[in-house]
Parts: sequence; C-alpha cells; structure tokens
Amino acid sequence: MTRKPVDPATKARSGRNIALGLGLVAFVILVFVVTLVKLGGNVGPHF
Amino acid sequence: MAQPTVLIPDDEATDTVRHARWQDYFQLMKPRVMSLVVFTALTGMLAARTPIHPLLGAVAVLCIAIGAGASGALNMWYDADIDAKMRRTRGRPVPMGLVKGEEAATLGVVLSLLSVMLMGMAINWLAAGLLAFTIVFYAVVYTMWLKRWTAQNIVIGGLAGALPPVIGWAAATGHAPLNAWLMVLIIFLWTPPHFWALSLYISTDYAKAGVPMLPVVKGARETRKQILLYTLVLIPVCLAPVFTGLGGWLYLAVSGLGGLVFLTLALRVFRSTAGDAADPRPADRDLYEVGEAEAKRGKPGQRVVVGDAKHARNLFAFSILYLFALFAALLAEAVLGLKALELLS
Repeated sequence: MTRKPVDPATKARSGRNIALGLGLVAFVILVFVVTLVKLGGNVGPHF
Repeated sequence: MAQPTVLIPDDEATDTVRHARWQDYFQLMKPRVMSLVVFTALTGMLAARTPIHPLLGAVAVLCIAIGAGASGALNMWYDADIDAKMRRTRGRPVPMGLVKGEEAATLGVVLSLLSVMLMGMAINWLAAGLLAFTIVFYAVVYTMWLKRWTAQNIVIGGLAGALPPVIGWAAATGHAPLNAWLMVLIIFLWTPPHFWALSLYISTDYAKAGVPMLPVVKGARETRKQILLYTLVLIPVCLAPVFTGLGGWLYLAVSGLGGLVFLTLALRVFRSTAGDAADPRPADRDLYEVGEAEAKRGKPGQRVVVGDAKHARNLFAFSILYLFALFAALLAEAVLGLKALELLS
C-alpha cells in the first residue's frame, strides 16, 4: 500500500486549522475553569 | 482561512512556494515584544503584594499577552508598506506576502476584543479598561498617527509599551496607585534613549521608509543630545521606588549601579559621532563588508556596526539589560518577600 504525497498547501492549511481548533478548545476550557474559580465557595453549599 | 502563498527567492530553487503556516500568524503577534510586556506586567502584578488566585493571575497575564499580540498584528497590518522598505522588518509575514493584510487586521481586532472581554469578566474592568486603552493607543494613536507624523513618535507612543505594569497591578488589586504609575514612568522615560540609540545606526532605513525618526528629522547630533537629556531624567526616576515603598536594597543596588553604566554609555554616545556617517551598505544587501574579520563573522540579515555607531549599539543593548534588571529586582523582592525601603517616611 502506498501513501499519496500530501500537497504542501493542504498540509499548511491543516496545520493552521488544527492550531485554530486547539486555541478554541483551550479558550472554552479556560472560561469554564475561570467561572468555577470565580464562583468559588458560593457553589458548594448549595449542592 | 485563505491560503496565501509566496515565492521565496532561493539560491538553489527560485520557484519554491511557501505556504502560510500557523507560526506565521504567531509572528504577527510580535512574540519578543510580547515576552517583555508579559514580564513587566507580571512584575506589576506581584509588586502589588496582594494575593491573587494563581489561575486568575495566569489568566490576567494571558489577557495582557494576547492584547499585546493583537496590537502587534494591527501594527503589522497597517505598517506593511513601511515594513517592506526596511531591512529589519521586510521579513515579516505581511510584507513577505505570507499573510494577507486583511487577515492580520482581523486577527488583531478579534484578539483585542477577546483579551479585553476576558480580562473584564474574569479579573476586573479597571484592568480591562487599561488594557483596551493600551491596545487602542498603540494601534491607533501610535501606529496610525504618531509614527508617520512626528519625530516625537516614540516618546508619546512609548506610553503604550509602558502601561503593562499598571495593568498587572490593577488586575491583582482592582486599583492603580502611584507606585504602579511609577513603574509606568520608568518604562516611559526609558523608551526614548532605547529607541533613539537603535535609530542612530539604522536611520537610513527609517529615512527610506519615510518614518520621521529623530535622527532623520533633526539629525544625529540632536538625537545624541536628547538621549543624554532623557538619561539624566531617567536615572533619578529609576531610583525613586526606594523612596516610595516599592523597591528594596536589591533594587537600590541594581538601579544605582545600572544607572551609572547607563549614564556612562549615554555620555559616550553624546561625545561620539554615532549616526553621522551614512549607512554604507549597498541597497540590495543585508551585509556590508567592513573588513575581512567582520565580514566573516556576519551572516545575511545580521547588522554589522562599525566606528562610533558601536557606542549607540552598546547603549541600545545595555538599555534592554537595564530595564530587565530593574524589573527582575522588583520581581525578586516581591517573590522573596523582601521588605521595600521607604526612605521618604
């Protein structure tokens, strides 16, 4: 089985998209964690 | 995202196609400038000596870094025409054609909004407001207006680079007292001698690009005088933190000794002919041969400075070390819990 050579343009675009995706995921996680920290002890007693 | 490509001249293959990578977009954010901004902001945050949740502290620093990167991207978009004419900047992603100007602008606007909103919601709105002001001041007031209009561009525009410590302080405490502004004043007064020392030995680049830097407009002699005058004001201001309860003995030692060296180097520049001689490099070359030894040491793109211009380069290099040492001393004192001096009380 032979691999098709990857087009450099596709490879570069793929790299950019992965970086963008990781950035977005990191941002969502960050906002979630910051929310937990900001709410802090106010959340616990209600559960 | 679009796929900008560029033809990179190469010794071996002149038709090599280079596609934009994520690293090119990262370069738009001026990572080296960003690192200095983060360092001074972190110092401001810790010098406040007010406990802040580590995660929130990290988020504040991240917001400041992203804000700095955003203003860098906006600067690269707007200044692409200037950057293309200068040796120091023509390798940037926009003038190289790797990233489209519109993409750089979009990145800058999106990251600006993101950093300010996150700072406001996660930390406090004073820090967010100061961050927004810094971004607008750098991207609009400095880049779009001052830089191309007046020889005082880096004096007034230097405020943008000076503000990170007060943003850091405000992030930690929710307010911005005089000691935070004293750190701002130190960077503000440090900026002119730092940039003018650089411009003394690359003034032909600025002239070619039509940027009215002081050596281009007023000449090298006036620039050398202004460097000395600003240094004479900077040194006492750098000593001020030991009178106001911001710096301790370590800071006093660094500030005093470093100030003496800074003053000596500024005097050398003042007495020299730095900036008087025209840049002898041929227009199409990055390296001019000043002698066999220097030519051997030099690499394409690296600057080779000879004669009295060396004094300007020495001052430029030391100015970076001096500012770093001052803030490192404040940072160390805060981290180690060393007591600050209050010589005025």
